[in-house]
Amino acid sequence: MSAPTALKKSGPAAGAPKRRAGKPRRAGWWLPYALLAPAVVFELVIHVIPMVTGIWMSFLKLTKMFIANWGNAPFIGLKNYQVALDFDSAVGMGLLKSFGITVAFTILVVGLSWGLGMAAAVALQKAFKGRAIFRTLFLIPYALPMYAGVIAWKFMLQKDNGALNHFLFDNLGLPGDKPFWLIGDNAFLSVVIVAIWRLWPFAFLMLMAGLQSVPNDVYEASAVDGAKPLRQWWAITLPMLRPVNMVLVLVMFLWTFNDFNTPFVLFGGSQPPAGDLISFHIYNASFLTWNFGSGAAMSVLLLLFLLVVSGIYLLAMNRRKDNA
Amino acid sequence: MKLRTFAAAAAIAALAVTATGCSGGSGGGSTDAGGKTLTYWASNQGTSLDNDKEVLTPELKKFEEQTGIKVNLEVIGWNDLQTRIQTAVTSGQAPDVLNIGNTWAASLQSTGAFMPFDDAAFTAIGGKDKFVKTAMDTGGIPGEDPTSVPLYGLAYGLYYNKAMFKDAGITPPTTWEEMVAAAKKLTTGDVHGFALAAGSYTENSHFAFINAAQNGAEFFDADGKPTFTSDGIVDGISRYLDLMQTDKVVDPADAQYDNATNAINDFANGKAAMVLSQNNANSSIASQGMAEDAFGVVAFPAPEGGKDIATMVAGINMSIFKNTKNKDSALEFVKFMTSEETQATLDKPFAALPVLAGVTPSFTDNAELAKTFSDIYENKSKPLPLVPAEDQFESTVGKAMNQMFATVASGGTVSKADIKAALTTAQQAVEAAG
Repeated sequence: MSAPTALKKSGPAAGAPKRRAGKPRRAGWWLPYALLAPAVVFELVIHVIPMVTGIWMSFLKLTKMFIANWGNAPFIGLKNYQVALDFDSAVGMGLLKSFGITVAFTILVVGLSWGLGMAAAVALQKAFKGRAIFRTLFLIPYALPMYAGVIAWKFMLQKDNGALNHFLFDNLGLPGDKPFWLIGDNAFLSVVIVAIWRLWPFAFLMLMAGLQSVPNDVYEASAVDGAKPLRQWWAITLPMLRPVNMVLVLVMFLWTFNDFNTPFVLFGGSQPPAGDLISFHIYNASFLTWNFGSGAAMSVLLLLFLLVVSGIYLLAMNRRKDNA
Repeated sequence: MKLRTFAAAAAIAALAVTATGCSGGSGGGSTDAGGKTLTYWASNQGTSLDNDKEVLTPELKKFEEQTGIKVNLEVIGWNDLQTRIQTAVTSGQAPDVLNIGNTWAASLQSTGAFMPFDDAAFTAIGGKDKFVKTAMDTGGIPGEDPTSVPLYGLAYGLYYNKAMFKDAGITPPTTWEEMVAAAKKLTTGDVHGFALAAGSYTENSHFAFINAAQNGAEFFDADGKPTFTSDGIVDGISRYLDLMQTDKVVDPADAQYDNATNAINDFANGKAAMVLSQNNANSSIASQGMAEDAFGVVAFPAPEGGKDIATMVAGINMSIFKNTKNKDSALEFVKFMTSEETQATLDKPFAALPVLAGVTPSFTDNAELAKTFSDIYENKSKPLPLVPAEDQFESTVGKAMNQMFATVASGGTVSKADIKAALTTAQQAVEAAG
């Protein structure tokens, strides 16, 4: 495996004539750099500088005493990280609990969104009358502004006058008291459902697009060989969608793990412990106690975790591709 | 390829959404070199943001006619105000003058972003002595030049439904025990004796403080260190939670009430016989159609043998940002807003108690009500801890109480040991931030 790669790399270089030192550069040599410059500037401004600033902040004692002039905040090294990772104290314990909740949340949301998206994409693969309507309907949650969608759920999940309890207890006549959905332990279930509602159309869209690229004759050939739909899905659809799935799952994982909007809009300023997702937790740690240094340290830890998981995932997926 | 293009488009869309989400920030200070324009952030005091604008605009016009200084007004809702101030402090993109919740005064002072009112500044606005002492005490950290001056005074009172009390043959309570007994008697079917904003962390932190103060307990020691877990505090919070937990005079659904208006509406609509509220509830009550003579107000009672504290010193203060380019105009504006004439005009629509010494309350035509609230404000009040960590106390203790109410509401129990554990967590969070 290494030999052809090496050849490929040295190939064009060997064939090209070597440029002699001191030879005047071609006119317009700067053009590619000039064309790249805006991208580099934007990359710096949008990503690199804020990230470096964030990492720098995580080493500072950036409490409210210093935020007005945060150049003066004292450097305290790894102290913020120590506090965040000290699981015997309230702050570390809070972060750990929130991390656990977020892991469970992510697995459920990504898994179920993918499953729903796949089912819908496969169901709508064959042309039938009214397919376009279904496709449009399924995409509504994705097209809707996030705030409008989640606030509607917030209303539906109210205890006494929410649509959900009204449907369950007044229409269906379930026995017992109407439960709370937005406070207490049910809050976890609520935020999972709303997040799936928001996310699954994206999986549906991606998988539907992916299915377009699978040639129909493969299915026809397998049908001739007597393959049933389930077998076709397992042996043809899934492998053919591999590249789509690889990106899709990774993107959904990153979005869901970092999801801030859903809990923020759903629960408002005061989240129940069961719905304490990590981005929201870090936001609260930073803004409620005005401790931006500690919040930055938690963000860096989150970033490291996501980098490591994404790295392992990509490595594992690539290895499987090589083996295949 | 198609997929990649699509993913890129999605990524750009996501970025665009985040970017617009973040840009809602600051209004920006005015840079008028002549000092003839000020930016002013007013907190929401009336029934709506628009209502505030309607009330304030004529006054600002008057100010402009008198002084030639134009004021750009922005009214900010209560839920956004603290974040907006934080953003302004951090970014330096701040208004010249703004309203703050007076309980945040010491916390905001410690950021160093606000102009201290030294002797010269006080002289410019008409002297320190023009303010009621109770109100002035909330200006900032004791022993330092305050960074805010009082604008509107507020106090908690116990509102009760006169007709319900009369029908049940009960007189307004003077002790906690009488209050609970009355509430029990008035809890029947869908009507509850008491409504609470049990999901509002600011309200909850206020009542944690008041109930603890009735027990003589303090949340911070003399050095400003948190002492959240003392017995007096645990007992005070336990007593308050018990209104829902053991006395069962509060509808568990109140645990979802994340602002005071929800509870007040229940009271005004006859779903609750009593509600604890600051005196600016009058306009909300009226807007729900309850007549002013249909309710009475007494001081929130302490348990027998407890200290007679019925409220924290609530209200709104005015601050000037240190980096304002219009310091003199800003001071002139503060002088105008805290003048007797302007106060007399604003106290009625905003239902505020006077913060100026020797002024009779004008927030209501009901003399009895005015007297009750003045008495509570001046004689039965205690300021929230005047320490830099006050805002952390409000958020950590208040949120811990939200969660305890949520536990009770969804059928669980909260023991004193649970309360102590929750307060320990809150205290550690405050310590870690300090």
